[in-house]
Amino acid sequence: MASPELEIDLTLPRRSFRLRLQLHIGAETLAAVGPSGAGKSSLLRAIAGLEQPEAGRITLGDQVWFDASRRVSLPPDRRSVGLVFQDYALFPHLSVRDNVAFGGKKRVAELLERLSIGHLAASFPRDLSGGERQRVALARALARAPRVLLLDEPMAALDAHTRATVRAELRSLLTELGLPTLLVSHDFDDASALAGRVVVIEAGKIAQIGTPGELIARPASAFVASLTGANLVEGDGALTGSDLCDVQLADGTVLRSVDRLVGRVGVVVQPSDIAVATVPQAGSTTNQLRGQIGSIVRLGSRARVQIGPLTAEITAESVDRLGLAEGQWAIASFKAVATRLVPLETALPADEKPSADE
Amino acid sequence: MRYVFGVVSALATALAVTFLTLPLVAIFLRVPPGQGYGRQIALDALLVTTKTAVIANVVTLIVGTPAAYLLATRRFPGRTALLTVLELPLVLPPAVAGIGLLVTFGRTGLLGGQLSALGISVPFTQLAVVLAVIFVAGPFYLRGAITAFESVEMSYLDAARTLGAQPWRTFRRVALPLAAAGLATSWSISFARGVGEFGATIIIAGSLQGRTQTLPLAIYSEFDNDINISLAIGGLLVIFSFALLLAVKVVLVWPRLNLRST
Repeated sequence: MASPELEIDLTLPRRSFRLRLQLHIGAETLAAVGPSGAGKSSLLRAIAGLEQPEAGRITLGDQVWFDASRRVSLPPDRRSVGLVFQDYALFPHLSVRDNVAFGGKKRVAELLERLSIGHLAASFPRDLSGGERQRVALARALARAPRVLLLDEPMAALDAHTRATVRAELRSLLTELGLPTLLVSHDFDDASALAGRVVVIEAGKIAQIGTPGELIARPASAFVASLTGANLVEGDGALTGSDLCDVQLADGTVLRSVDRLVGRVGVVVQPSDIAVATVPQAGSTTNQLRGQIGSIVRLGSRARVQIGPLTAEITAESVDRLGLAEGQWAIASFKAVATRLVPLETALPADEKPSADE
Repeated sequence: MRYVFGVVSALATALAVTFLTLPLVAIFLRVPPGQGYGRQIALDALLVTTKTAVIANVVTLIVGTPAAYLLATRRFPGRTALLTVLELPLVLPPAVAGIGLLVTFGRTGLLGGQLSALGISVPFTQLAVVLAVIFVAGPFYLRGAITAFESVEMSYLDAARTLGAQPWRTFRRVALPLAAAGLATSWSISFARGVGEFGATIIIAGSLQGRTQTLPLAIYSEFDNDINISLAIGGLLVIFSFALLLAVKVVLVWPRLNLRST
């Protein structure tokens, strides 16, 4: 079944800025990520018809939901959307079954079964756990047989303990449904776990759109880089005649990158691309940064080691083997090809690089 | 020193409770229940009160409920000013309300010409009693209903809309049940206030036995005549008011309290 595609082109007034964006969502899950206050929830509300954009157009296939120039705006009940609210907004005076039936009576039994909440049918929302509430909210949103699914911070109301399970279940449900789905999140990990593509919203517009892998490998801005959890070190980029770009940090250290950008730049390197050593290493690694270990945080078999301005992710085993300890001096090394340079304020592309994104 | 405050507040509470209940007790001590109710004047007053109260409350509920819902859920310029104006009858002396109604609906009033052209004369009729009750007691319901609807979280109403419910269904299935306890409480206050209406009624409707003389007006008119009738009616109104407050608490407010604590 080919579902129609959702086309969004809108301008939403916010308190101090305007959110302008164009999105095209096929039968896929797209996650919009951005800081709080970026207008992510407003975007969902505008698609659902609960908020009026200032300008633009929203269409699903050949059905026009909103068109500012033609003064068309369908009310929410005539837009085929399923919106799952951040706090789920389950009706407190209705049982689980009646909550789901509110969206449509035909598929109640099937949906309760599918989301494994059949045994809760007679319960009331106040008696449910966070994960159960989310499943009821999903079942209710799907009861209307919507042609578009919108999820507002689907993970925000869950505790860390249930997050991982819910993520996996939700991802397989979304894949199975095959509906154009837009979810918003402030968390890149949640977004990349659930969505095939991620759009980063920054300062009222799209900063970057791509697969989670693309965003991690080639962040378009400092904001995208920090969102993906990458290290971001500020410096001044300059070309020194070689093919590499030299970035001088505030303390005089020079890092080298295969990216070419001059002026104020941020050096981006993923924690997992950084190796840690206790003595200088001979090898191909171009960048070596000596610093004191600020902290060592173990996460199961991994450990995050902070050395100077950088965080390296290595195995816990390596931490033990090298005998790393907080306060000790260590060397963080990473290859020039593992770095990306992103512009900060006044940076200029050093040359017309053909490998730019998109 | 630390006991002084405890003693003072205990005394204050005792004083308040005694002062507020003693007059009610005194009424029942003076008139053995069952005496005085049978008199024609009391029966007439009961009939007038029942009839006008029912009509006034039906109008208040039918007009007040959707109006309160709209005022609670919409934001528009001048909203605060409008709400303040609608609260004015709550604090206005009923006599002022009576005068105001008179110069609006009276023969020479603002709408007097139009009304008499339609063959309607308001003063000294049961219609006047109804208008006085709606004007004086209605705002108690309206104000309370606005608060009740405002306390229903907006996201429930939004959720209903995205689930395909049109505005009417959203109102009936979500807003109304969630606001029910608040609506019932404010309605009971409005109802009791309406039954006790005196000042505005006597100005625009007079005190004609069997036509416009309600229970409170009968108390006043029999006061010089046969105080036992006044006391009997007074006792009746005390019992009625108490039963109303209790009924609302038991039937509507208590079962819903645990609903809220999600």
